[in-house]
Amino acid sequence: MVYFDSIEHMLAGAKERELPLWQFVLRVSAGDTGMTEGASWQQMQRTLDAMRACDEDYDPEARSRSGLVGGDAEKLRLAVDRGESISGPFVGDILQTALRMGESNACMCRIVAAPTAGACGVLPAVLLPYARRYQTRDSELIRALYVAAGFGAVIAARASISGAQSGCQAEIGAAAGMAAAALVYLHGGDEEQMAHGCAIALKNLMGLVCDPVAGLVEIPCVKRNAIGAMDALSAAELALAGIRSRIPPDEVIDAMRAVGEALPPSLRETGRGGLAATPTAQALRSVLL
Amino acid sequence: MNVFDLIGPIMVGPSSSHTAGAVRIALVGRKLLGGRVAEAEILLHGSFADTGRGHGTDRALVAGLLGMESDDRRIPDSFEMARQLGLAFRFGTVELRGAHPNSVLLRLKSPTGDAVELEAASIGGGRIEVRRLDGMPLCFTAEQPTLIVTNADQPGSVADVSHLLAARGINIATFQVNRDSRGGRAIMVIECDATLPASLVDEVADLPGILKAVCVN
Repeated sequence: MVYFDSIEHMLAGAKERELPLWQFVLRVSAGDTGMTEGASWQQMQRTLDAMRACDEDYDPEARSRSGLVGGDAEKLRLAVDRGESISGPFVGDILQTALRMGESNACMCRIVAAPTAGACGVLPAVLLPYARRYQTRDSELIRALYVAAGFGAVIAARASISGAQSGCQAEIGAAAGMAAAALVYLHGGDEEQMAHGCAIALKNLMGLVCDPVAGLVEIPCVKRNAIGAMDALSAAELALAGIRSRIPPDEVIDAMRAVGEALPPSLRETGRGGLAATPTAQALRSVLL
Repeated sequence: MNVFDLIGPIMVGPSSSHTAGAVRIALVGRKLLGGRVAEAEILLHGSFADTGRGHGTDRALVAGLLGMESDDRRIPDSFEMARQLGLAFRFGTVELRGAHPNSVLLRLKSPTGDAVELEAASIGGGRIEVRRLDGMPLCFTAEQPTLIVTNADQPGSVADVSHLLAARGINIATFQVNRDSRGGRAIMVIECDATLPASLVDEVADLPGILKAVCVN
């Protein structure tokens, strides 16, 4: 039985085996990879630890090899700490965590690809601030990561998690869908709500193009981690309030695939279209390469 | 389905294909050489040549040659470490016909003068494929223990090698055989389900008609 070809099958599989979704994902993944469930759990704990270490070890002085990225998360932290944030400390924490991760990635620090390196900031940017606010235990965060992985597996199977294939909607977009489901889980939502949170997040970033300046995972990738995290937060809020995606989640993912296929190559990680084609980006490219 | 393909790998940034994959390619090259690398000529193709520097592909490749894994925090410092550890490296670019855009050609020499040449591609998500070894086309991912045997194209070699594996109770997952010409040079790529002991690789190398046997565990 293939469970991860659709959200419908995934949720039905969990129900059939009378398991919560996180545990169903853990069990199937462990079985498929020949890992014990205990070893898988430990590896997920290490993964969570690596996300946290990256957040804590952020160096405000670090700059990427191109010199284009670094220090912005610190600017935001200082503004939030001064009480200048429009949206308050929790949202401020999410935004700066997303930037810390994205900047750290560009600066060759150790990150967790989720689902890709360029989108590494989205999941930790919702999980870590949530845990700081609600004193969530690691075991709950790990369960949320399995939930996120389950939805990510369906997105990967049914659409794509590669910017070169489907644009940024498949990286930051997919990460936002996964993070929305994780957040719904953490806040006590049921499995239908997780699915709808994921779908709403995916819909909101559908069509996002992959247009890295000079081909580097820097501009606009780092800041898009912040918007991906915001997308996840708003989608989770909606889903937790009982708002449903009028288009069923699996159809949303199918639409995402079709949109990805319709994107011209210039908007799929080639660094030739979108922002990468602007005069400023061209000038940067000629200096850097 | 593997959850760690979705949440993972834990890696040094910025790119799973241009950084993590590059480390893995070079590490496989080091293993194919059988250990320490003294000299390396690193020729970048396609996107590796175009955007490699900004992605740290160069430092990632040298890190792999030094034996680092793709989550090693010392990757950004690999050039300095190479100088301290006596690895001489030289970069260039190359146009490889029909190759994946993220490809590299590595020419490696050991301190004792052994040499290996491999062409490999980083195919996304940190996964790699070795596409050519010492000029012979082949394809393996190094995701499971792999035995690579070069032999004279003559009857019995495949049977001899598989017999030795069977004697150790090692199951073969996939088996590829290629040759450059009839009666010429042949290469076997054998992906296995269990770790390949060094003593087994030595036994294979001592078989009649075998020119070279190496493994990547």
